[in-house]
Amino acid sequence: MQRGRSTLLNFCVIALIGLFLWNAEAHFDGYQIQILNLIAINIILALSLNLIYGFTGLFSLGHAGFMAIGAYVCSILIMTPDQKDMLFILEPAYDWVMNVHTPFLVAVIAGGLVAALFGVVVGFPLLRLGDDYLGIATLGFAEIIRVIANNIPRVTNGALGFKGIPAYANLWWNYAWCLIALFVIVRLLQSNTGNVLKAIRDDETAARAMGVNVFRYKLLSFTVGAFFAGIGGALLASLLTTIDPKMFLFTLTFNVLMIVVAGGLGSLSGSIMAGIGITVLLEWLRIVENPISIGSFELPGIPGMRMVVFSLALIMIILFRREGLMGMRELHWRSLAGLFSRGKA
Amino acid sequence: MNLATFIQHILNSLTLGSLYALVAIGYTMVYGILRLINFAHSEIFMLGAYFVFWGITLGHLPWPVAMVLAILVTASLGVLVDQVAYRPLRDAPRISALISSIGVSFFLQNVAIVFFQAIPREVYRPEWLENPMIMGGVRVLPLTLFVPLLSLALMLGLVYIVYKTKTGLGMRAISKDIETSYLMGVPVNRIIAITFGIGSALAAASGIMWALRYPQLQPIMGTIPGFKAFIAAVFGGIGSIQGAVIGGLTLGFIEIMTVAFFPDLAGYRDAFAFILLILILMVKPTGLLGERPEDKV
Repeated sequence: MQRGRSTLLNFCVIALIGLFLWNAEAHFDGYQIQILNLIAINIILALSLNLIYGFTGLFSLGHAGFMAIGAYVCSILIMTPDQKDMLFILEPAYDWVMNVHTPFLVAVIAGGLVAALFGVVVGFPLLRLGDDYLGIATLGFAEIIRVIANNIPRVTNGALGFKGIPAYANLWWNYAWCLIALFVIVRLLQSNTGNVLKAIRDDETAARAMGVNVFRYKLLSFTVGAFFAGIGGALLASLLTTIDPKMFLFTLTFNVLMIVVAGGLGSLSGSIMAGIGITVLLEWLRIVENPISIGSFELPGIPGMRMVVFSLALIMIILFRREGLMGMRELHWRSLAGLFSRGKA
Repeated sequence: MNLATFIQHILNSLTLGSLYALVAIGYTMVYGILRLINFAHSEIFMLGAYFVFWGITLGHLPWPVAMVLAILVTASLGVLVDQVAYRPLRDAPRISALISSIGVSFFLQNVAIVFFQAIPREVYRPEWLENPMIMGGVRVLPLTLFVPLLSLALMLGLVYIVYKTKTGLGMRAISKDIETSYLMGVPVNRIIAITFGIGSALAAASGIMWALRYPQLQPIMGTIPGFKAFIAAVFGGIGSIQGAVIGGLTLGFIEIMTVAFFPDLAGYRDAFAFILLILILMVKPTGLLGERPEDKV
């Protein structure tokens, strides 16, 4: 298949998604739209973690930390000074926190950039570590971010967090960012840089022997991943309109990791499909936590059951289908065309 | 700060430190043998405490009996976790078992939420542990003596097993080279199971004493102590039992003493361990007593 035709088909798909979103916005109810929004954000997060872990082999468990940074930066930037004046009841905010105010687009980008900056700062010492040490150290980073957010009430309003964050993140914003994340990461992976990243993942020693500056490429991948994690956090903050430090527990990273593993480490299309599937599944599983009434019977809801099923699913995937949905394969036009023309050939 | 308060701080540090050390030993033994960070270990710690609670409130058992029973049940649970979730992954990439252990950790935690509910529960404390004694002008809670002493006894028992028995010899052999141990006729799978059993028993003992020290049970109570104990194991040099003990005690002292001398930093208490972790990994990634793993090409 020629390149031009692929591009054309890609634009067709984007137009179709646009049409679908336009239709959804008009006819779906609020809950369904919320799920669509969550799908977009989860895909952004899964793509960024897949870049770090699936394509570069850096076992990072710090996603919640980067998301927290993006979320806090974005929220501070989009809330009006009046709103902040009402919010900071524990201790007054610093003047610069109080007065700064930017449009949504600038705020989201700022959230991503600050997260990326932190990515460089923590990546510099940590990326020299081996895989599971890196995992535990990045997890430590995410916890430190949470503890700090709890302890600087003049910036973050402490444990109370923010409420009433302007809800700018609608379907269009979220899916636009989702496309940008996909485009940037695909282009990055298709370039020579992408080949180097995969080489590092497959055999770091060999890559180093070929003269690759392994550390620089790791840092690049980690920083781009952190940037999009920050973007995802920023969008999530504006979507949910409330954030607090408790939101950014390890569970959040666990959910993203689950999507990446289920979709297949090293498969972007897998991440997208698992992002859709797992977001819907997680919402659907809320049924088991709510009381169910059958006729005159009322079964009480079981809190915690959702995560029991969810974590059991992760264990099952790892035990029985370690490569996830797609393994390392990708779904693209050529493979689809192959699927249809197989009969003829 | 007068001498009496200082001695109390030292006793508190010893208590906290030995609790960390017991959990850290479990991490370090499993890591030494399988190169696996067993995330589920912190949930084993939590379940140990809950089992005692069950034994006392539902089974009406006397406290020491409940404690021994709970330790045995928890040890079997640790073995079961290994058999179900880690053993099928022995030949898989190491990260697979790690992800599996994260899954098990979330699973056990949420099973605990389903069964015990998320509300914190009060723990029964035997009276003889609670009445403060006055020793040379220092008020001492018997608990702060009981915990380090029992921990010391357990650690001595462990050292005996690891260095004086055939099983211990097997453990040390496997941690050096698992392939060769197979060839030499070491019953590898049995010894790995025993390792999980011992590690889980120590974690259960620590969890039970933790619940006596901070008398509240919650399904998430294991997470933070678990992370900190793992950090203690890394600090001391992962794979080394002595290192885990030194790491645990060091961490206990740092936490108690920093908060005692700089009360302003109390809010950051949970971050100390992680800062220590990042520092030690930057300066000496193998920890105090750890051996350098070779990069095989």
